[in-house]
Amino acid sequence: MNVLTDNFALYGKGFLGTVELTVYASLLALVLGFLMASFRVAPVGSLRVFGTVWVTVLRNTPLTLLFFAVLLGLPRFGIVLPFQLFAVLALGCYTSAFICEALRSGINTVPTGQGEAARSLGMTFGQTLGAVVLPQAFRSVIPPVGSTLIALAKNSAIAGSFSVTELLGTYKTLNELGYSIVWSFIWIAVGYLIITLSISALFNVLEKRWGVAR
Amino acid sequence: MAAEPLNEPLNEPLIELRDVNKHYGKLHVLKDVNLTVGRGEVVVVIGPSGSGKSTLCRTINRLEPVESGTITLDGQPLPEEGRDLARLRAEVGMVFQSFNLFAHRTVLANVSLAQVKVRKRGKEEADRRSRELLERVGLLAHAEKYPAQLSGGQQQRVAIARALAMDPKALLFDEPTSALDPEMINEVLEVMRQLAREGRTMVVVTHEMGFARYAANRVVFMADGRIVEDRTPEEFFTAPESERAKDFLSKILKH
Repeated sequence: MNVLTDNFALYGKGFLGTVELTVYASLLALVLGFLMASFRVAPVGSLRVFGTVWVTVLRNTPLTLLFFAVLLGLPRFGIVLPFQLFAVLALGCYTSAFICEALRSGINTVPTGQGEAARSLGMTFGQTLGAVVLPQAFRSVIPPVGSTLIALAKNSAIAGSFSVTELLGTYKTLNELGYSIVWSFIWIAVGYLIITLSISALFNVLEKRWGVAR
Repeated sequence: MAAEPLNEPLNEPLIELRDVNKHYGKLHVLKDVNLTVGRGEVVVVIGPSGSGKSTLCRTINRLEPVESGTITLDGQPLPEEGRDLARLRAEVGMVFQSFNLFAHRTVLANVSLAQVKVRKRGKEEADRRSRELLERVGLLAHAEKYPAQLSGGQQQRVAIARALAMDPKALLFDEPTSALDPEMINEVLEVMRQLAREGRTMVVVTHEMGFARYAANRVVFMADGRIVEDRTPEEFFTAPESERAKDFLSKILKH
């Protein structure tokens, strides 16, 4: 029971590590996912192909394998970065494939007539997407994007195996110090719950806020 | 309905389609279509369902790309997808069967949006112009409402105001009254008749024979992807030449 109070600093460091990974990787995933979704509905064939390949490769690669590829592969091309940044890259790119598909399903819920009306007024592809289609798609993608980011928070645990400081990794130290494995894990689980429930709460607020004017 | 005075159109072509062909898979929906619409002319396109009349209308601003043939607007051939096409589309207003007002924006914002984004007008200038146009179609009182709060007829009048806000050279109407309750059709047709009287260039796909007869300069009759007749309304309705048109008219006029 005193495993938390005795090791508050260690837990705190791990918790912050997971929060950082989650926040940075989420931002990267949202930006890339948004970009890839735009590519996949673009009128330019090569962009559509790029988006499709991006999603197919990243969505179908096990995340652990992707971590290996990034952490061991990129340094071979002379790209040497802190491990945390590598982890953010792997997590963010992986999750962007899922965000892209959630956004695209939202785009598909907007009637085609909306885009046609915008185009008939002379709006460019970017303006049509940005001012007409995405604002309407946004509301229907809030729940799936929330789920995807919760999955990201939990997936960040893999980074612990690649010597990145994060919450799950704290159990190794605690175990070596001889603390009860059960209580170590219970407090780790509580830490993850705090993060995932916060994401849930944030997305519930978003859903309420933007659920107007329909 | 009394005959309405028509502005005499100038003999200067604004929209020209030459040998236009289009397929949907195996279905040949437009077969060697040739059509010229002069500046200030009102051309009504009628014909049975599936005859290609809506497709024809949508090819003029390239919402439907064509496989062969040329389409020119004010002497310029329609560009491929991209900014040039967007620029040209701004010159051709379009009114849809299902209105297609932006569901997440107010009526005023619907009319102002493209003025700001495409015509680069300031927000205040755009809103001022929008209010003028909404007043014209009798909907200024509804400016702050959302489209879903309006009736079909009101939504369609907003859609016309939205198209006019771009100061287009021509207006395309793709069955503008087909999705409306009968008592709302006339409020939309009245706005269209006004536009016709002002001498605007209009291509109207419709089943409203009254509008075709009294507001059009020319009636184009389509069947099976071809233009079968292209004549004045008077000639077409009193003495159709083709069997196909006679058959069509006998079915819709006798009731």
